[in-house]
Amino acid sequence: MCENIIVPAEELHTLIDTKYKEGFTYLLDITAVDYTVYPVVQEELFALIYVLRHESFLYHIVLKTYLKELKIETITDIFKGANWLEREVYDQYGIHFKNHPNLRRVLNHKEFVGHPLLKAYPITKGQLLHEVDDLIDEMNNRLLSRNVVCKLESGSFSECNKDLMFLNLGPSHPASHGTIRTYVALDGETIECAVSEIGYLHRGFEKSCENHTYNQIVPYTDRLNYCSAISNNIAFVKTVEEMLGITISERAQAIRVMLLELSRIEDHAVCLAAILVDMGGLTNYWYMYNPREDIYELLSKLTGARLTNSYMRVGGMTNDLYDGFDGDLKEVIKKIQYGVEQTLSLIKHNRIFHDRTQNVGMITAENALNYSLTGPNLRASGIAYDMRKDTPYYGYEKYQFDVVVGSVGDVYDRIMVRFGEIEESIKIIEQVMGNLPQGEINIKDFSIVLPKKEAVYTTIEGAMNQFKLIFEGVKVPLGEHYSSLEATNGELGFYIVSDGSGTPYKVKVKAPSFTAMSAYAQMIEGSQLADAILTLGSLNIIAGEMDR
Amino acid sequence: MELDTTTLLNDSAIATRLEEAIGWARESSLWPMVFGTACCAIEFMSVAASKYDISRFGAEVVRFSPRQADLLIVAGTITYKQAPILKQIYEQMSEPKWVVSMGACACSGGFYDNYSTMQGIDNIIPVDVYVGGCPPRPEALIDALLSLQNDLRINKYNPDRHKDFRGLLDNV
Repeated sequence: MCENIIVPAEELHTLIDTKYKEGFTYLLDITAVDYTVYPVVQEELFALIYVLRHESFLYHIVLKTYLKELKIETITDIFKGANWLEREVYDQYGIHFKNHPNLRRVLNHKEFVGHPLLKAYPITKGQLLHEVDDLIDEMNNRLLSRNVVCKLESGSFSECNKDLMFLNLGPSHPASHGTIRTYVALDGETIECAVSEIGYLHRGFEKSCENHTYNQIVPYTDRLNYCSAISNNIAFVKTVEEMLGITISERAQAIRVMLLELSRIEDHAVCLAAILVDMGGLTNYWYMYNPREDIYELLSKLTGARLTNSYMRVGGMTNDLYDGFDGDLKEVIKKIQYGVEQTLSLIKHNRIFHDRTQNVGMITAENALNYSLTGPNLRASGIAYDMRKDTPYYGYEKYQFDVVVGSVGDVYDRIMVRFGEIEESIKIIEQVMGNLPQGEINIKDFSIVLPKKEAVYTTIEGAMNQFKLIFEGVKVPLGEHYSSLEATNGELGFYIVSDGSGTPYKVKVKAPSFTAMSAYAQMIEGSQLADAILTLGSLNIIAGEMDR
Repeated sequence: MELDTTTLLNDSAIATRLEEAIGWARESSLWPMVFGTACCAIEFMSVAASKYDISRFGAEVVRFSPRQADLLIVAGTITYKQAPILKQIYEQMSEPKWVVSMGACACSGGFYDNYSTMQGIDNIIPVDVYVGGCPPRPEALIDALLSLQNDLRINKYNPDRHKDFRGLLDNV
């Protein structure tokens, strides 16, 4: 269920405030649309889109406001999660947010001129960065807000009224995955202040979508959250299918559910393997990573690729399960269960593990919601929001499983929620495979799904269908749509604007890691440096999805 | 047994040339620094894990400090924002050093032909081995390692091989 509201720019802040009080306490996404070359004339050339979810999690609303001038009131006073989202809109579209506490670029670099998602900006026009941002002014503001006054001399801090050491954590750091930079002010081992910088893996996904057909975008979605590629494929094609108004076959739905859960296991396995290594428990890496290797084997047999599967297509998927898939899957699940069992036997009652994770990197339920955390990170704080239960799709309501929640939102909870979810996912996979519907995997509409190869080579209709679909793409009706599903890291959404052609006019990803990362700096302030590493690992930030 | 000098040497010494001995030592103790940014870094995790196990080729001592490494594996997309950092890391490594460009993005920008992605790391730093694939299979990276080792054994190490290299970020 969803409601679209158009609101004048000057009333937007008041309306969002009212909606917040009515229970829309969860901000999903903010984005903008540049209508300058849109085939249907709109009220104004630019519009802002706000997507909010109700506290019951059962439905969302989409607020749209047309902008006469590229300025609007910030909503960071209502939602802390809006901070980075508004910065991104400013960065990509040049829309100014009045009273924003820190309106600066977030994805593109500081020497970048112009705003790349404007239709006037050429897709391939790159711009060199010569020197990395020193983050001094951002850090200075942060220090001042904590009553630390420092002198600034030739680009570095000196003579602070507190004895501080400044340190760059990343971007080239084993725990930061090469793409996350956190600049910290240390008082001994304790982090006094922290600011994060992202965008090191911003590879222009959203702009690249604007010159590819819908099915050509599927491989790009693989590389958003590359630890669980198939779930991104599904989230994207699900949005397109809803815009087309089609329902995929029951068999396709069941296969998608099974693969969503297998991806969840795959992703959690790599997250848990990595965080235990960060903690010094190298043995667990082999126990958790080896089953992932077995999942790769299975997926490459099914899809042809280990990591970036590109298995989904609008209207179905590339091919059906192979003969004997069921048996292979059962073997893989046994190995996953063995890996989980062995790892848990090493850490479950391990004093070192408990001391390092419990009451570390905590985030309260209220803050987690306000920062728009989602998925396991939100559930670890005790909020039982899971789209598979709250807004079921693909028949999730038919399957028996539990939503795993934590209590205090510390590193321990986030790790244990993921272990719990692996178990629940296995339950779902077994139910799906035990009762897999027979039938076609693709819908029967050759304006959407490619015909069989025999038909292409032997009939004129087949050849024409193939030609039109490959060259022009799936024609999606004019309009705008937001849709999402419960991916591994939480609610993964796509906001697509279609101009009626085979290429999207605009694609925006609502990325779970992006908002999680925006909360990170505040989460680690006051904790120890070593705990900051574990906090980052436990949030499972995937740079491809965060920076896009 | 007679303890003359010849017998002793026959048992315990081999005659070789110095550069061959050094080449042999180098090829079997490459210390990689993984500059992993994206999907390829996940495939590197597979290369390091027990199934593919890079330690079979003497290159498992992964260092995250460029000062301690001699093999830079660039695994993943390098954006314009990342480029100065990559250059700095490369410069911090001391000679002798080698660079492996892992995956389509690092080699050429891959299918990210747009405003934010560097169209190949060889615009910034010199590359010794290119590995194609998106991402490459673990075997492909192992193959790159073996070809580098082979090169070290046969052609020896040539410190001047990149001396004319000028990247986009170098002051010309």
